[in-house]
Order: sequence, then C-alpha cells, then structure tokens
Amino acid sequence: MNWEILGIWLGAALTLCLYSFLYRDNPFYKFAEHLFVGMSAGYWVIYSIENILKPNWWQQMFPEGGGFNWIWIIPGVFGLFMLARIIPKISGLSRMAIGMMIGTGAGLNMVSFFQTNAMAQVKGTIISVSSGGVWTIFSNTLLVVGVITGLVYFFFSKAHTGIVGKTANVGITILMVAFGASFGYTIMARISLLIGRCQFLIFDWIPTIPRLLGIGG
Amino acid sequence: MASIIEKLGNTDRRIIFILIALSVIIPVTTHLIFPNPVGAEPSRDMYEYVDALPEGCDVLMSFDYGPSTMPELHPMAIAITTHLMRKDINVVCMALWPEGASLAQEVMSNVADSLGKEQYEDGCNLGYKTGGAIMIVRLGSSMNAVFPTDRDNLPWDEIPMLEQISDLASFDLVITLSAGDPGVPAWVMMAGDRFGVPVGGGCTAVSAPQFYTYLQTGQMVGLLGGLKGAADYETLVGIQEGPAVEGMAPQSVAHLVIMLFIIIGNVAYFSEKKKKGGRE
Repeated sequence: MNWEILGIWLGAALTLCLYSFLYRDNPFYKFAEHLFVGMSAGYWVIYSIENILKPNWWQQMFPEGGGFNWIWIIPGVFGLFMLARIIPKISGLSRMAIGMMIGTGAGLNMVSFFQTNAMAQVKGTIISVSSGGVWTIFSNTLLVVGVITGLVYFFFSKAHTGIVGKTANVGITILMVAFGASFGYTIMARISLLIGRCQFLIFDWIPTIPRLLGIGG
Repeated sequence: MASIIEKLGNTDRRIIFILIALSVIIPVTTHLIFPNPVGAEPSRDMYEYVDALPEGCDVLMSFDYGPSTMPELHPMAIAITTHLMRKDINVVCMALWPEGASLAQEVMSNVADSLGKEQYEDGCNLGYKTGGAIMIVRLGSSMNAVFPTDRDNLPWDEIPMLEQISDLASFDLVITLSAGDPGVPAWVMMAGDRFGVPVGGGCTAVSAPQFYTYLQTGQMVGLLGGLKGAADYETLVGIQEGPAVEGMAPQSVAHLVIMLFIIIGNVAYFSEKKKKGGRE
C-alpha cells in the first residue's frame, strides 16, 4: 500500500465532494463536511494534549529530572473548572477560569492595543499637506480629506443636509472605495485557494491515475 | 438586444462557476505566465529592508498559518527564506499556529538543502508555542524561557546559532507570515510597538487592506499582501517561475471573468430598471 498515493486520492476525493456543493447540496458534500468537522475536533484534542497540555503543564509539574512542582496544580484546577460548564450544578466555577483568562488578556493587551491601533493611527493622520513632492501632497491631502469626511458620515448628531450632507457624501464615496478594495482582495484570496486546489488536482492527483491503473510510468 | 442582456443577467450561477473553474484550470494546465512588474509597493519595501540587512545578523520568522492558506503564504515563506539564506542571515523560525511549525520545517529543510546551509548553524526551528500576543511579551524578556528546546527537543544551549540570542531585542527583524489571529497585529503590537523590534511580513489577501495602515504609520517595514505580494517577492528575489508567479496568470484571468460578470450584472440591472421605469 502506497500511503502517499492513498493520501492524495483521499484529498482529491474530499476536494471534489466539497466542490460538488456548487452544483447543489448532496450526500457527498454532507459526508465530507461531517468528516471534516469530526476529524478537526479529534485532531485538535490530540494536538492540544500533545503540544499544549504536556509541554506547558504536565512536564512543568513533573520535570524530567524528577520532583514535583505543586504550584502547577493551580492552573490544572483552573483548567478543570473550564470543564465544569458541562455540569449544570457546578457550571458557575467555569466563570472563575474564564474571568482569569479575560482579565489577564485584557490587562496585557488593553494599553498595547490602544496604542497600536488607535493612538498610532491617529498620529499617522496628523501629517503635512503642504510639504514634499506633488504626489506626497496629493496623497496626504487625500488621506486627511478621507479621514475627516469619513468621520463626518458617522456623525449623526446633525442632519446630513447642506454642507454636512455634501461632506458626508464624499465620506461615503471614500468608504465605498475602501470596501471595493477590500472586496477585490477577498476575491484574490478565494481565487488563490481555488488555484491551490486546482494545482493539487492537476499536478498531484491526475498523474497518479495512470499509475494506479497500471498504464504508463 | 435587451432580451440578450436580460438573459445574461439571469445566467445560472452554475454556469458562472464553470467559467471561473475554466478560467483557472486552462492557465494552470497550459503553464501560462504573465509578466509581473513590481513597482514602488509594500512588497518592494519589504525586499529592500531585508536586502539591506548585514550578513550574519539574526531574523525571527514566525509561521502563523496553516495548510488552508498555503497557496498564498507558502510561496512567500519560501521566497523570504531563500532571500535571507542567500544573504547569510541566520533564520530562527517559530510558530504561533500549531500547524505552522511543520510548515516552517518543510520550508527550512527545502531552502537550506538547495543552498547548502546547515541546520543549527544557519537556521533552526523552535516550533510552536501557544499564547499569541501574551507569549510574545514573554519572548521580550527571555526567548530561552519560552523555548527551552527547539522543535526536535535539542536544548537551547546546545544550538550554536542561538548563543547570541537572549530576547526579542536580539533580532534585527521579525517576519510574520500571518493568516489571521494571532499574527500581524500581535507582532506589531508587542514586538514592534512594545519592544521596538522592526516588524515585516506577509498576510492573506483578505486581511491585507486592514494591515496596510501599519505601513503608513511606519509600524511595519513592509508587507506582502496575498498571492500578488508573494509573486512580487519571487520576482525581486529572482525565483524563476515560482508558484506565486505561476499563480498570477489564472488569478488575472479569473479576475477578468469576474469583472465581466460584474459589468453584465450591472448592465442587466440598469436595463431592467429602465424598462420598469418606462412601464410606470
């Protein structure tokens, strides 16, 4: 049994099963979908045990050189608290573990997130519109106009009539251009995945058909 | 004429799927390649930054993606690793995504073999570590504490190329190849803004518009966006007919077909609207 060829055939069969949905919903698609969900769940359970629980918890609690680090019992207990959600009587315990996770995440991320995604971006829009070359001036002006008009569009305390309405219209036009660019990139990503699958079917799978049937090399 | 436009506007979606499939399959099977000129784009910024790095410096590459986004991100990984190793830059790999560790190993082995580079002297793979942004904060204080061994369980102290590396600040550049979260935002936030290490990288096309803002503010040194970014880097590095450059022909043909249908759809919509208006 050639395991590589078996893997390629399984991959090809499941790819075709999933693409069959484009014609219409059918049992082949359903089979591949359920197989994917089931296998993903199984894979992640084993992966989490082997790559997260064992090295980050078990091996810390029982180091290779011997001994027992009792402090690692605490994260273990918090981990068990997470599973308490499935037992209604003690499900409240899971809130402690979730609270710990959210608290740590928020505490570590809040300042950094605000600094990176708000402050730095605001700072990035405070730029000169009169220095540099023609392209720089045009580009900077467009950026400033885009930010201001975009913000005006989301300002609902004043009716969008007169000058405010006209400014908001410029804002929505710029937003539409941004959404268009985003849509274009999304198409590019999806087509890239289709290209990847087509390359797999054409260059990896189809050449194995004659080999399997015993014709050609 | 109006009835033809109407009929085209009501084209069965399955016909559109077949045309899209053909627009990809035909260029792929015929090995059609379009020229890929690279202008003053973020991919060129990324290339020039890497190219200006001195020989012997250390770069951390984080493989933050899985097999589902390989068509876009794997060619980038190969092109960047090739560029780094050709310049005799030490490449330290790691992953914020579990599957990224084995993808990193594949890239490192293939590129190192093709360029005659040695594992643990020119490149090593530290493997995957959970935690995302929080783990990056720990890397900022000690790399060794987070990765006591590499992916193959070789202790940190026994890896010659890691002798000079203590924390994130030891690296001259962090490169993230990101398919989502954790990825570019976490590295920019923690490694870039918090520890002051230059950050560059690549991402899927879906997330590229969101991350371009980091370029304008100088929070990233360069960014490869989707297959086009990968094709740009392959062109700049001089990889002949790489997977991304090969992928740009079907990509372009498929885009042309999509644009054609957008135009047909709009013409049909306005024609129908006009017709209805006429009746009213």
